[in-house]
Amino acid sequence: MGGLDLTFVSWDIISKFVLGGFMFSVNLTIVATLGGILFGTVLALMRLSGIKPLTLVATFYVNGMRSVPLVMVILWFFLLVPLITGRPVGAELSATVTFIAFEAAYFSEIMRAGIQSIPRGQVHAGQALGMTYSQNMRLVVLPQAFRNMLPVLLTQTIILFQDTSLVYAIGAYDLLKGFVTAGKIYGRPEEAYILAAIVYFAVCFGLSVLVKRLQNKIAIIR
Amino acid sequence: MAWDWQVFLNDDGSGGRTYLQWMMDAWGWTLSVAGSAWVIAMVVGALIGTLRTLPNSPWLVRMANVWVELFRNIPLLVQIFLWYFVVPKIFPVMQGIPSFVLVVFALGFFTSARIAEQVRAGIQSLPKGQRYAGMAMGFTTTQTYRYVILPMAFRIILPPLTSESMNLLKNSSVAFAVSIAELTMFAMQAQEETSRGIEIYIAVTGLYAISAFAVNRAMAFVEKKVQIPGYVVAGGVGGGH
Repeated sequence: MGGLDLTFVSWDIISKFVLGGFMFSVNLTIVATLGGILFGTVLALMRLSGIKPLTLVATFYVNGMRSVPLVMVILWFFLLVPLITGRPVGAELSATVTFIAFEAAYFSEIMRAGIQSIPRGQVHAGQALGMTYSQNMRLVVLPQAFRNMLPVLLTQTIILFQDTSLVYAIGAYDLLKGFVTAGKIYGRPEEAYILAAIVYFAVCFGLSVLVKRLQNKIAIIR
Repeated sequence: MAWDWQVFLNDDGSGGRTYLQWMMDAWGWTLSVAGSAWVIAMVVGALIGTLRTLPNSPWLVRMANVWVELFRNIPLLVQIFLWYFVVPKIFPVMQGIPSFVLVVFALGFFTSARIAEQVRAGIQSLPKGQRYAGMAMGFTTTQTYRYVILPMAFRIILPPLTSESMNLLKNSSVAFAVSIAELTMFAMQAQEETSRGIEIYIAVTGLYAISAFAVNRAMAFVEKKVQIPGYVVAGGVGGGH
C-alpha cells in the first residue's frame, strides 16, 4: 500500500491539532443552521407575503446566492466584511457570517416548500378564529411547516457540515485544517487526508442514518 | 472608492496576456472541468442508480449503495485532496496523470452519487405496473430497463438533474484547491496581484452566474424536446449545492 501508516496519530496529536478544528466545524455548522433557518424563514415569509417589493428583494437574494459557488461567496465576504466594518476580521468570524447568509438562501427554499405544503384550510381556520397574520404564522403554519420539513432541514445540515471544509479557501482553522496541520508537522500528509475523510464520513453517515430513522417515525405518525 | 475596470486590460505579468484574457482562459478551464466531470457523473450516476433498483441482485444493489454513501458523505474538497495526494501514492502508476484528470474524476464521482440517488428515486417513483408490463411482453430485465423504465425515469428526474448539473458547475470552483487554473483560482490570484478584488470578483461571479444560467436553459431545452405530450411531471423539492 505504498507505505501508508495510519498509526502515527495519537490522542496527543488529536487533542493538540484536531479537536479545536473539529469544535470549530461543529460550532460553525450549528450556528449557521440556526441562523440560516431563522433568516431563511424570514426570506420565505417575504417571498410568500404577496407584497411586491419584499417578494422581489427576497427572490433576488435567494436566486443570487444559489447561482454562485460557495467558495466565491466565502471569498466575497472575506473581502467585503472588513471594508464594511472598517477593521480586519478573522477568517473564523467571516466564515460564520458567510455561512449564515449563504445557507439562509437554501433553508428559505426548504421553508417555503414547507409553508406551501400546509393546506389552505389551516390558514383559513386560523383566520376564522380571529388570529392575526403573525399569530397564524407563529401558532399554526410555521410549527407544522417546520415539523414536515425537519428531515430535509437536517439533510441540509449534513451538507452544511461538509461545506464547512471550504473555509480552507480563507485559511480558517477547521477540522480539515487540523488534520492537514498535524499531517504536515509529522510528515504524514497522505494519512492525514485519509483520517479526515474517515471522520467526515463517520459524522455525515451517522447523521444521515439518524435522519432516515426520524423520517420513518414522522411518516408513521402522519 | 472608485471603480477601476481598466485593471482587466493590464498585463498579468506573464508577458502579453491581459487579466481579461487570463479570466477567459480560466473560464475555459472551469467549463472543461465541469463538462468532463458532467459526462462521468451522468454515465456513472445512471449506472449506479439503475443497479440500486435491480430486482434480483442483492449484491449489486448493496455495492451500488456503498458507492453512493461513500461518495456522498465525504466533502468534495477532501475527496479532491484524496485523488490528488493519496491515490497516486497508493497506486504509483497514477503518478504521471495530470491534476486536471484527477479533479475531473473527483468531481465526476462525487456528483455521480447524487445523480444515482435521483435516478433511483425516479425509477422507484414509477408505478410497479410499468415493470410488470415489460415482463408481460416477455422482455428481459435489460430490455425492460432499456425500453420501458429508463426512458420514463429520466424524463421524470430531468428537473433535479438540472439542479445537479448546475451544482456540478458551481462545485468545479473547489478545483482551486489543487491549483487548477479555473475561475476561482483566477479570482484569488488576480485579487492578490491587483488589489482590485471587487471588480475581479464581480466579473468572476457574473461568469459563474451566466454559466449556471446557460446550463439551466440547455436542460430546459432538453426537457422540452423529450417531453411526452400530455404527460405532466411534478417537480420535487431540491436541496444541496
